[in-house]
Amino acid sequence: MDDTPQTDRKDPVDTTASEPTGAGARQGAAVARHTLEARDLTLAYDGRVVVDGLGIAVEPGAVTSIVGPNACGKSTLLRGLSRLLAPQSGAVLLDGQDVATLGTRRVATVLGLLPQTPTAPDGITVADLVGRGRYPHQGWLRRWTTEDDEAVAEAMEATSVAELATRPLAELSGGQRQRVWIAMALAQRTDLLLLDEPTTFLDVAHQIEVLELLSDLNRDRGTTIVMVLHDLNLAVRYSDRLVAMRDGRVVAAGEPDAVVTAELVEEVFGIGALVTTDPVTGDRMVVPHGRSRRAR
Amino acid sequence: MSRVRATRVARRARSVRVAVVLAVLLVLACATSLCLGDAGLSPADVARTLVGQGDALTDFVVFDLSLPRLLTAVLVGACLALSGAIFQSVVRNPLASPDIVGITASASAAGVIGIVLLGLSGLVLSGFVLAGTVCAAVVIYLLAWRSGLSGYRFVLVGIGVAAIASAVVSYVLTRSSLTDSRDALVWLTGSLNGATSEKLAVLALGAAVLVPLALAQAGALEQLELGDDTAAALGTRVERGRALAVLTGVALAAIAVAAAGPIVFVALCCGQIARRLVRSGAPALVASALVGALLLVVADDLAQYAVPGTDYPVGVVTGIVGAPYLLWLLTRTNRAGQGG
Repeated sequence: MDDTPQTDRKDPVDTTASEPTGAGARQGAAVARHTLEARDLTLAYDGRVVVDGLGIAVEPGAVTSIVGPNACGKSTLLRGLSRLLAPQSGAVLLDGQDVATLGTRRVATVLGLLPQTPTAPDGITVADLVGRGRYPHQGWLRRWTTEDDEAVAEAMEATSVAELATRPLAELSGGQRQRVWIAMALAQRTDLLLLDEPTTFLDVAHQIEVLELLSDLNRDRGTTIVMVLHDLNLAVRYSDRLVAMRDGRVVAAGEPDAVVTAELVEEVFGIGALVTTDPVTGDRMVVPHGRSRRAR
Repeated sequence: MSRVRATRVARRARSVRVAVVLAVLLVLACATSLCLGDAGLSPADVARTLVGQGDALTDFVVFDLSLPRLLTAVLVGACLALSGAIFQSVVRNPLASPDIVGITASASAAGVIGIVLLGLSGLVLSGFVLAGTVCAAVVIYLLAWRSGLSGYRFVLVGIGVAAIASAVVSYVLTRSSLTDSRDALVWLTGSLNGATSEKLAVLALGAAVLVPLALAQAGALEQLELGDDTAAALGTRVERGRALAVLTGVALAAIAVAAAGPIVFVALCCGQIARRLVRSGAPALVASALVGALLLVVADDLAQYAVPGTDYPVGVVTGIVGAPYLLWLLTRTNRAGQGG
């Protein structure tokens, strides 16, 4: 389902090149590519530093996954990148401009974020919730245009929730609900989409479903995707680039095959692991053996 | 695409339908209320008087006695309901109405201090109550603030402030003369008995500013209900929007309390009723205001005329209706694990 294993990737350190995903080739000419970059970014909550002097340049048109142990600052980094958390020092640059100087609404037309556990208003229906994604494009009176309706319809189509349009969100299954939230973010029609653990609380089938939806989106529309993922193997399989974090810093960044090594898993997660080849995709695959158990 | 449009249009049509039905019911309730008075005016008398064809007696009954009280009920009901709907939406908790989270209680404390200790009335009293309530609200907001506003924290801090405020009320009452404290007690139950054109004018002035201000925030409230991060990611200025909404809600509750005392439960239940009627997954502000006005007009009629010869404070009626609702809400909130 996913892209076939790619052998012709570019140097992992330079991030401006987008090639094998091919999104740019298909649609790029029409789409103005937005760039997102963090420079020497330090983020803190109440003086406690969570992200520490971090630099990252998101590759336009690619799927980037951020991996790392709990509390390594992954979610905080996403909040910083999307202007929800003001940096203690350093800056986040959107198209070369410091996001702190851009208006909230302006940022929201270019960059979308789906938090890890979004809250749904009491009694809201699927179509209404997806419609909320249009907010940054509407004026103070929230007048609906044909474009708004189109964006909502298209987002629901892409996430296969169109037939659920009139159902209350509370009645849906976890996987359906997650698709609706993604639809809301899609209705926002941003070129950059940031997702914080979009697969949490989903069973393996729904995890795959959500990740394939995202990779379709990336392929068909050239949407740049940055997501926090817990499952290292799924991250390898569905990403063009991996960013491995620990203690608020980037330990390694680049193509999954280059990043994922036994040493890195040891360094980042503190466990031993066997890195082998995924028999399905040919990508790198991590088989952790933990601290106590030895591999046979 | 066409289906999306159809769904959206249907939803909007529903909220318009609900508003129209509520408005018609409100007009009917008002008409009934005017005809119910002790003077025994016929509907024809009332209608004639309203269009300026009445005699001196009917003019006096309608314009000096009935209408100020009726319009006060309409405005107080609408203000309280809007205030409740705003709070519940901002805090994302159906328990977070101004009566529970200490706003109404603070307004009462300010009101009692103003009436009993300072001898204030009219516009000055309203201003005093407003100022006192805003101060209390700022305290609640700051205490509940911990890198973000948590619903439960807000409710709990509010309950604490409500306890302090009612202690202040008790203290002032015990220090005052018997007549003063009796008057203050009637006011504290929430009563429209003392409604006059002068008080109504002050209330109307406040409502003329605050009601449009509240309605203008519908879009922002709708987004805020998605949670701080999602709302901000969708381009909402969360802190500013929330502060403005809370301030509007506090001011609405304050002017209503200044006019008629802390009438209980109107703020708590109207927003929820409206929301269930409109079913849009958004705070139904217009419908809330109409439900509040309707509820208070009907409740005041019951308070005045249900037991012949006895004129109860309207707060007694709203209390009898509202208390079971609160209990139901508490049990349901607990069971469903919602409301955080």
